Amino acid sequence: MTYTIKGKTADWELVIGLEVHCQIISQSKVFSPSSATFGAEQNTHVSFVDAAFPGMLPVVNEKCIEQCVKTGLGLNAKINKYSRFDRKNYFYADLPQGYQISQLYHPIVGEGYIEVTTDDGTRKIGVERLHLEQDAGKSIHDMSPHSSFIDLNRCGVGLMEIVSKPDMHSPAEAGEYLRQLRAIVRALGTCDGNMDEGSMRCDVNVSVRKVGETALRNRVEVKNVNSVRFVMQAIEIEANRQIEIYESGGMIDQETRLFDSVNLETRLMRSKENANDYRYFPDPDLLPVILTDEYIENIRRNLPELPEAKKKRYIETLGLTPYDASVLTVDTETAHYFETAIQGHDAKKVANWIMGDLFGYLNKANLTITESPISAENLGALVGFIGDGTISGKIAKEVFELMIETGKAPDVIIEEKGLKQVSDTGAIEALIADILAQNPDKVAEIKAGKEKLKGWFVGQIMKASQGKVNPALANQLLDKKLAE
Amino acid sequence: MVSKLTDLTISDALDLLNKKEISSVELTKAHLAEMERARFLNTYITETPELALKTAEESDKKRASGATIGRLEGIPIANKDLYCTKGVRTTAASKILSHFVPPYESTVTQQLKDAGTVMLGKVNTDQFAMGGSTMTSYFGVTKNPWADETGVYNLVPGGSSGGSAAAVAAGLCMGATGSDTGGSIRQPASFCGITGIKPTYGRCSRYGIVAFASSLDQAGPMARSVKDCALLLREMAGFDAKDSTVADLPVPDYTQALTGDIKGKKIGIPREYRSKDLNPQVAAVWDKGIAYLKDAGAEIIEISMPYTKYALPVYYIVACAEASSNLSRYDGVRYTTRVDGKTLDEMYENTRTDGFGPEVIRRILLGTFVLSAGFYDAYYTRAQKVRRLIYNDFVEAFKSVDAILAPAAPTTALSYEAMKNMSPVDTYLGDVFTTPSSLAGVPSLALPVGLAENGLPVGLQVIGKHFDENTVFQVAQALETAAEFDKKPHYVKG
Repeated sequence: MTYTIKGKTADWELVIGLEVHCQIISQSKVFSPSSATFGAEQNTHVSFVDAAFPGMLPVVNEKCIEQCVKTGLGLNAKINKYSRFDRKNYFYADLPQGYQISQLYHPIVGEGYIEVTTDDGTRKIGVERLHLEQDAGKSIHDMSPHSSFIDLNRCGVGLMEIVSKPDMHSPAEAGEYLRQLRAIVRALGTCDGNMDEGSMRCDVNVSVRKVGETALRNRVEVKNVNSVRFVMQAIEIEANRQIEIYESGGMIDQETRLFDSVNLETRLMRSKENANDYRYFPDPDLLPVILTDEYIENIRRNLPELPEAKKKRYIETLGLTPYDASVLTVDTETAHYFETAIQGHDAKKVANWIMGDLFGYLNKANLTITESPISAENLGALVGFIGDGTISGKIAKEVFELMIETGKAPDVIIEEKGLKQVSDTGAIEALIADILAQNPDKVAEIKAGKEKLKGWFVGQIMKASQGKVNPALANQLLDKKLAE
Repeated sequence: MVSKLTDLTISDALDLLNKKEISSVELTKAHLAEMERARFLNTYITETPELALKTAEESDKKRASGATIGRLEGIPIANKDLYCTKGVRTTAASKILSHFVPPYESTVTQQLKDAGTVMLGKVNTDQFAMGGSTMTSYFGVTKNPWADETGVYNLVPGGSSGGSAAAVAAGLCMGATGSDTGGSIRQPASFCGITGIKPTYGRCSRYGIVAFASSLDQAGPMARSVKDCALLLREMAGFDAKDSTVADLPVPDYTQALTGDIKGKKIGIPREYRSKDLNPQVAAVWDKGIAYLKDAGAEIIEISMPYTKYALPVYYIVACAEASSNLSRYDGVRYTTRVDGKTLDEMYENTRTDGFGPEVIRRILLGTFVLSAGFYDAYYTRAQKVRRLIYNDFVEAFKSVDAILAPAAPTTALSYEAMKNMSPVDTYLGDVFTTPSSLAGVPSLALPVGLAENGLPVGLQVIGKHFDENTVFQVAQALETAAEFDKKPHYVKG
């Protein structure tokens, strides 16, 4: 089913493209030796190069080049053996050079794609390019009513700008593209993907057209949409705004808007007339970046398994559903947890426990998988104990709760609490005989044909045994007793 | 005994220092005294006499102790005020940087320090090296130590390294750093009757030099002999991890190239330089230079460099484009002067309008224009293509010749009055012979070869292949020997 929005006069479809800025994981900044780490005291990670003192020159950090190539390979993209830096000129207080060093004309990575799975199936979303550029500093406007403050710690940190093709047609697809992209850069260790810390930032390009139209209408760029949820919201809100305007006879200008996640609206930031003329030109301070096949192949050989490949493996060799496989491969930590937990245990069942009970708990407690009180080994063991009949699925839920509370291993808890499933037929038979003797009337009813009452008896057995009796065995033995 | 310490060449002074006949303190004091006397020439923006004496004392002690000394130990020099010098104000001859004291040292001046030189101070230049007269300096114009025919000091020293050239010519330092973007070392050297070399682009680090046009800016020495330039360049040049555009090549001892023998060397004479812009008096000295080289055994070959005439417009497009971006950092936010405004944009406007002189503003506007949407391809892209053709002209020429001999400037030093009455574009014409080699990035050395009929020095430039400064020095020294140019400026003659 294609996603459309029903307007007053027509059905509308969406055309969406994303520009995602990923802060590169590297020790130092892209053109200076200052530290690129996050969270230091203001203006402590600033060199004379970052602050654009007279005569200071940029020197490219090779680690950032490597990270771009890695990411490019992760995006199934063409690595450009020749790339070059350009200056994007504009004035702003947190941009000391008066220009941002970027790559307009010759980006380091060309076309690629990301495979995205939604309810509509799996599609390849095109990546137009990935280019390397430097981040700006931060302007702080809310510390004083009269002044703005500038923090240059972030200024000069390496960024990969990953531009998609206008290939997405629903908020869900855009959201999934962003999730997959984040999973890829995380798996590669090229960006930590933290959208709330701003190390991954997203601008959304949205346009709408009537179903059946082939030409593209003017697009609007919505800036700084900083979570997957906001991206999906912003697209829906912006698309509806555009449809409303078209349907009331208006036109949409190519403009830049800002997403307001509190009031759930987009607001005009810059109209086309006020668009900056960035006067891009090749940066004469830097030489072109020339990569050899050997360099690229060496990086390719050492790539970790990517979420997409992992997903395929989970589906094909572990028998997971595509949906489960996507969820479990969304980040390296989850995949690692899963793969540790399934050692010697049923992968599908482990997946169900992780995605059901464990995620349910972690979400509620606002914990990440690495902070889980239940270790992957212990979760695997728990599934193992269900499988070999040591405990029932019902008891397992109880054990799971106790594992969260105590962090203890399941066997310890089963032992301590005496939760081991009773499979001793003699003991169960005695128990059944007891219950049957206490309820002769019901036994008579069953014998008269009221088969349903069997369930009542099983319930009594479970109750009397505090759930420890193997339910299948209980059923079987009950039948046997009644037949006697 | 020596006549006057301030007349010595660096190589002679080094001999005397090593023989302990003179000390660095004596040498430094003699120059400081001369600087005092010559203050009316306005060559220095910032003098550092205490620092100079302290360095000279340490240098003498070092030499006396027998410790390893630098190759230019104890030699007093001046630095163009475009080189950032740690703890010493660096203005780029502008108002906007008039209070700027760098907390770091440029690579080139650091290397000169390491070689044992003594810095006397920072000398005048055109503002941000934009100009050919020092008339755009916020700190006033420098006077050429050569007087006009009536004996009045009203001539420009050329520029932008006019302070360096005048100081060297007047004996206010033994050598000086200059920088050359489109002729800023060679034209003032010619106007002041001294020697200066713009080495190959990428020979010296640009780290710590206030940028004008990054793809053209190149550091170089100015001194009173070819050998002195060779001595200075050896210290200034070399790889630097802090500048991506500097070549990772060994730096030769250029004095080894000064053999005096140029027999069989093929010298190209570019036909296109005999243009309508060339003053006949300058042309006459050029002819003399050609004859000198021929007499010394060189083979003179007329060559053609058809794209020469496009060099000037290409240069002004490329240089202004880069400058418009390079100068954006002077915005009032950090280390520059600031003039407040109601908004950030207004502060920018006020600060930059106040802090930059008219020529700098003109070039920023020109550069902004040629990079603007809709004009970029017609100007910048096209200029880059023609730059390539100019480069090819040189590559082609050097297939048949070892070096090229050409005038450094179309005229001798002009008067302030004459310059003031010229349109900006007319003043740009002074760069007509120096911009082609700048755009091609090849090394070029200017040296005085004779006097024009008006009694003023005329410099010729020897242009060589990329990174072949050796041949440039070799040919230049032969020319120097033949020309026997020993004329002193009026200021020195007294």
